[in-house]
Amino acid sequence: MPRNSRTRQKPGTKTVQLRWLAHARSGDKGDTANVGLIALEPEYFPILVKQVTAARVQRHFKGMVRSVDRYVLPNLNALNFLLHGALDGGGTISLKTDAQGKVYSTALLRMSIPVPTGLARKVSGAR
Amino acid sequence: MTKTTVRVAAGQGFWGDWLEAPVRQVEGGPIDYLMMDYLAEVTMSIMQKQKSRDPNAGYARDFIPLIERILPTLVSKRIRVTSNAGGVNPRGCAEAVLAVARKLGFAGKVNVGLVSGDDILPRLDELIARGHELRDMDSGRPLSDIRDKVLSANAYLGMGPIVTALGQGADIVVTGRVTDTGLTLGPLFHEFGWRTNDWDKVAAGTVAGHIIECGAQSSGGNLLRDWRKVQGLANPGFPIVEASPDGTFVVTKHPKTGGIVNVPSVTEQLVYEMGDPHSYITPDGVADFTTIRLKQAGKDRVQVSGIKGGPKTPMLKVSIAYFYGYKAVGTLVYSWPEAYDKAKAADRILRQRLQDLGLSYEQILTEFVGADATHGRLAGPASPDAPEVQLRIGVRAREKAPVDRFTREIAPLVLTGPPSVTGFAGGRPQVEEVVAYWPALIDRREIEPGVKVEILKA
Repeated sequence: MPRNSRTRQKPGTKTVQLRWLAHARSGDKGDTANVGLIALEPEYFPILVKQVTAARVQRHFKGMVRSVDRYVLPNLNALNFLLHGALDGGGTISLKTDAQGKVYSTALLRMSIPVPTGLARKVSGAR
Repeated sequence: MTKTTVRVAAGQGFWGDWLEAPVRQVEGGPIDYLMMDYLAEVTMSIMQKQKSRDPNAGYARDFIPLIERILPTLVSKRIRVTSNAGGVNPRGCAEAVLAVARKLGFAGKVNVGLVSGDDILPRLDELIARGHELRDMDSGRPLSDIRDKVLSANAYLGMGPIVTALGQGADIVVTGRVTDTGLTLGPLFHEFGWRTNDWDKVAAGTVAGHIIECGAQSSGGNLLRDWRKVQGLANPGFPIVEASPDGTFVVTKHPKTGGIVNVPSVTEQLVYEMGDPHSYITPDGVADFTTIRLKQAGKDRVQVSGIKGGPKTPMLKVSIAYFYGYKAVGTLVYSWPEAYDKAKAADRILRQRLQDLGLSYEQILTEFVGADATHGRLAGPASPDAPEVQLRIGVRAREKAPVDRFTREIAPLVLTGPPSVTGFAGGRPQVEEVVAYWPALIDRREIEPGVKVEILKA
């Protein structure tokens, strides 16, 4: 059952999709896809660090990945996620269109997180 | 005399990259080195297969006509080349380069550095017998499980033999399985005379190599941020590293080229295929990507500094490819109205037929292109008004027969399945052999004594 994030929303916050806060690139290593998530502005980075946890990313990709590791790169305003078991065997074995995990990047950008209402208004796509 | 700046330009990001790129790199402005990476993880096995049919094959054949095109410029501008185009037959590749040089009248003027010793296929049984299990780094299984299916086995070499070859006067260095980063590290260590145990310098050169190893992917290609604003990709400027003796460098591209070099374009490439950013392991050392500082330093110039690294590990990675089985992918296109439902119905019918025929597969995977192929369930429910949906079904089996029969079950759906179907003009899907990748580790002392550098004169 998809959870309605609005019901959990704290006052003064609104949810926005990560696409309005970050850009991303993904690649593969065997059956693991990695997604590098990069804040569009330095001031968004602490929000990403707080909200885009390994557990939340694993929930976002439920049924699509086995487990998730997260690494923090403050120097690049970036987070790196390893999505294990994401590629149906990976490499040449995988039958997937995206056997090399090239577009897990944009799949992560579909995720919504709560941000202060002011910021939500500022970035496009605020609900 | 030590140079104050060394320019290393990327010419190819993979085997099959844009053929014009290396030409424009050598002609479009000053560079000292052209580095060209040809080897993806399973490329070696493809080359091994070619070599088993023709002992003169087994390397990136595109490299030879390319060298023929650019050699006059390389010679007149004194640009040197580092490339792992040699694949599983670096000697054959080197000799083909020499033949081209002679044909163009450069006899006596071009030295080819030949690096070999990465190929451990002939030594596998001996290594296993002496207790090297070569376990799969992902599954933990020992190589003996699949020994009879192994097609190629190569240790990843670092910059060492490239530095040696350049020091002995090589103009074009041809290697087998050298890491992509080694192709950039080699020129930097040769030119600046850095000590190979200066781990911060190793890390800096590694990061430089990583930034340019995928070609234009760091200079505006495949750039997600503000992608509409990236101009001129009909003539993308491939990246160039301008390195300084202190280990800092600038990433840039030639003037009058398209694309963009900015902090976002370099950052996207830095995180590409990243594992643990604290330890990016290469044969030459370990780089800490959390120490990298990026700064815009002018139009299409990004300054990179601050990089720290640690010592190399006692192990080298080994890339093993083995025969796995067979696969095929078939597609059909269903049109509006109710395109998705029609494609889904066709999938059910096809699966029933395969089952009724008693065929079994390791996996059957159905994707609906236009609905869920790239983002799965995250894409949400398919629109009943989608103008078209492509049914894409893949199968994989250890035996060839069921896969072959599958390829004959796609076209019949056109007249025996749901309506408004098209897009089958390409004919029957091809049965492909699946060659799988088996990454392992080996003690570097087993490999390094056998690495050989030869200078061959045109």
